[in-house]
Amino acid sequence: MNFDPRYSGRSFSSVGTRPLRPDGVDKVTGRARYGADFNMAGQLVGRVLRSPHAHAIIKKIDTSKAEKLAGVKAVITAKDLPDLTDGDAGMFDTLDNCMARKKALYDGHAVAAVAAIDARTARQALKLIEVDYEVLPHVTDVDEAMQHHAPLINDAIFTEGLEEKPVKPSNVSKRTQYGHGDVHQGFAQADFVVERSFKTEQTHQGYIEPHACVASVNPDGTADLWVCTQGHFVYRQHCAQLLGLEVSKLRVTSSEIGGGFGGKTHVWAEPVALALSRKAGRPVKLVMTRDEVFRASGPTSATSIDVKIGARKDGTITAAEATLRYTCGPYAGMWAEIGAMTAFACYKLENVKTVGYEVLVNRPKTAAYRAPSAPMAAFAVESAVDELAKEIGIDPVEFRIKNAAQEGTRASYGPVYGPIGIGPTLEAVKEHPHMRAPLAQNQGRGMACGFWFNFGGQTCTDLNIGMDGTVSLAVGTVDVGGSRASLSLVAAEELGIDYSQVKAIVADTSSLGYNDMTDGSRGTFSSSMATISAARNAIKVLRERAAQMWDISVDDVAWEKGHAVAKGEKHGNLGKLSLKEIAAQSGKTGGPIAGHSELVADGAGVSFATHICDVEVDPETGSTRVIRYTVVQDAGKAVHPTYVEGQYQGGAAQGIGWALNEEYIYGKDGRLQNPGFLDYRIPVCSDLPMIDTQILEIPNPNHPYGVRGVGETSIVPPLAAIANAVSNAVGVRMSHIPMSPPRILAALEAEREG
Amino acid sequence: MAGVAVSTTINGDHVEYLCQPDETLLDVLRDRLGLTGAKEGCGTGDCGACSVIVDNRLVCSCLVLGAEAEGRQIETIEGMAHGDQLHPLQQKFLEHAALQCGICTPGFLIAAKDLLEKNPSPTEEEIRFGLAGNLCRCTGYDKIVRAVQDAANVMKGA
Repeated sequence: MNFDPRYSGRSFSSVGTRPLRPDGVDKVTGRARYGADFNMAGQLVGRVLRSPHAHAIIKKIDTSKAEKLAGVKAVITAKDLPDLTDGDAGMFDTLDNCMARKKALYDGHAVAAVAAIDARTARQALKLIEVDYEVLPHVTDVDEAMQHHAPLINDAIFTEGLEEKPVKPSNVSKRTQYGHGDVHQGFAQADFVVERSFKTEQTHQGYIEPHACVASVNPDGTADLWVCTQGHFVYRQHCAQLLGLEVSKLRVTSSEIGGGFGGKTHVWAEPVALALSRKAGRPVKLVMTRDEVFRASGPTSATSIDVKIGARKDGTITAAEATLRYTCGPYAGMWAEIGAMTAFACYKLENVKTVGYEVLVNRPKTAAYRAPSAPMAAFAVESAVDELAKEIGIDPVEFRIKNAAQEGTRASYGPVYGPIGIGPTLEAVKEHPHMRAPLAQNQGRGMACGFWFNFGGQTCTDLNIGMDGTVSLAVGTVDVGGSRASLSLVAAEELGIDYSQVKAIVADTSSLGYNDMTDGSRGTFSSSMATISAARNAIKVLRERAAQMWDISVDDVAWEKGHAVAKGEKHGNLGKLSLKEIAAQSGKTGGPIAGHSELVADGAGVSFATHICDVEVDPETGSTRVIRYTVVQDAGKAVHPTYVEGQYQGGAAQGIGWALNEEYIYGKDGRLQNPGFLDYRIPVCSDLPMIDTQILEIPNPNHPYGVRGVGETSIVPPLAAIANAVSNAVGVRMSHIPMSPPRILAALEAEREG
Repeated sequence: MAGVAVSTTINGDHVEYLCQPDETLLDVLRDRLGLTGAKEGCGTGDCGACSVIVDNRLVCSCLVLGAEAEGRQIETIEGMAHGDQLHPLQQKFLEHAALQCGICTPGFLIAAKDLLEKNPSPTEEEIRFGLAGNLCRCTGYDKIVRAVQDAANVMKGA
């Protein structure tokens, strides 16, 4: 059935309200089952042996002693995960990352795994595995890795994207370039030019739930996987490919997920657990420790970025240029490319050029982290924009308003924008009382803008109407922060019934068609589109059934506010039939009533935010406190405003941690020095103020309700907003994130020494 | 290793179990007794997701041995509601959307219950420092603090 996704400008009765979430009671009573909360009969405990070296050839692994330990049921190495990737380079990297094949490429890289009857036996078995390493020189710093003399991580990597193919391999896997116009000409027209270099350190998503799964492979080739993931259909695809299983025989159930933020979009432990189960002939539960999560899951890139922006005296930007170097871990990635695409997306620029370099280092394989790559690029660009405004002598908000992208602007990464929210968020910030609140000594205010693409993707949804008139909604996008409530609201809206009549669940991979991950801020955007489509299909059936009950033509039956209504004077005596009344008769009118939808949710509307931040810096200690924070962001249409606010607040808090505290610290030996929450300190309750939010609604023309994704953009501006605030508080431009007390003290000292 | 026989009280019920001497109370609760409401976020006492109350004292159950529970009174998230009646903190966490993923929620509820029992009228600062041992990565704590403030008001009025 044809589905029209265009925005209709309708009014709402359910969407925009704030009901309690359907999974709420389970979550406040401890009943909700997360990755590690599930068990199977005969289950074994899996544990992984990890490389202590940042870079080493694996000469030999002797597992014989571990295999002989009483209670050990299986020991595996890379030999038990043969290469079935058939030339797919990306999948081969995934396989090699799950279990090192020839070389260990970072501290924490898996080299072997065991399944035993209990955790203690499994731990003992790991100690009995003998690995003979030949330790190689390593490199963890992004700029050092680009040097010609740097230790080479993979001799098959020749930089892609250069005009001529290089003759030597290097640690740079790819160069990408975006932009338009002529930046040289643009800079020649500038009265003021700011040129600065910036660095950001590697951070982790920091989800509180470690990766966890239970895998069960049967001798007949069927298998089950219970796992905390942002995308169980993608995990099924990847695990089936790596293990040589038939996709339809591997049933993956997504547990409740204890945070992901992009970090649960990649398989690590799951193929290992399946391989252990296959070898042991029993179910295996594999749960990462926090140490393993830090060392061996997928943190974000460390970066090194140069920015140059020029403007005329009147505040018009004439040219903008950036070079962005992002770490990918030891495998090729496209993280700098995303940074290069997002860097100047907020602005209307005639001459813009960005170049990205993907840099291999001996750190864990980079994974997505909420608007991946955008926060670092925004930190560099928005810091330089503030500097330029200062040099010109123009207010930083006015400067941004003057240069903000608009509907019809050609984005620096290529497309032409439709209706967008950058201008409105800036105007809202300009008028916000926060901007006029007084500041005390050692306090500073900063603001910054951020952009994220948003994503749509493949989506499949089932809507089943019970004979009592209640509705079961089965979606395939994992609920990471309240989407079951939002999607129930959408189903209620479209059907014209009460929210309490709808119950949404996340279906497993055998119960529903393929769905892409919950990533790219797509969960509510894409699944609400599919839910609307499914509901419209169900309404068509409901109208047919009502027509049957009335014995009239379906063309004379309309659907209004949850009821079938007979149209036309000849049917004036027929009244209305409620959804409940039609459902009650469904057994006699053709059987169950359902609506199904499968679609590619195109047209995800781009998202913009502007943040305001006040900080207080202690000049004695260099310690910084955020004392006030305001988020203004365009949601398109806020389906459940409380959960939209939650996304805004959560992204801001993660950004605050990134800006001030969080960083991966590697020793000279290439080992991670702080793989725990004590030394990798994420913000705690007493570190933060209340985080104020303002939701703007500039409808997305490509969604029936105007919805845009809201999950990611909120982490893009904080690094820059806080850096601008700290720089304003201390009078020194801060160019290295995180702005930890030692870095602030060093910057102050450097300034004093001039 | 021989198991240690432990006799204790959990959520008002008498419970007996055998555990290994090196097994944590968290492992006993989750793996031996099926009380999976307490979560292991770190295993080092840094995240508070495994918070339980032992003899009126808030602890991280990952830092307590199962054998140490002998003769004690233990409260876990599973005992917080009375039958089908949610505790005011549970109700207010729902109403304020003080959870997104919910993995930290049992620990926060136990810590907040302990806080309000000791200080029924906490200031915002006292709530923030009282809950500083519990990590939440989703919410930025704003809605959690508001939920605790609201629950404190309801409990004072009750």
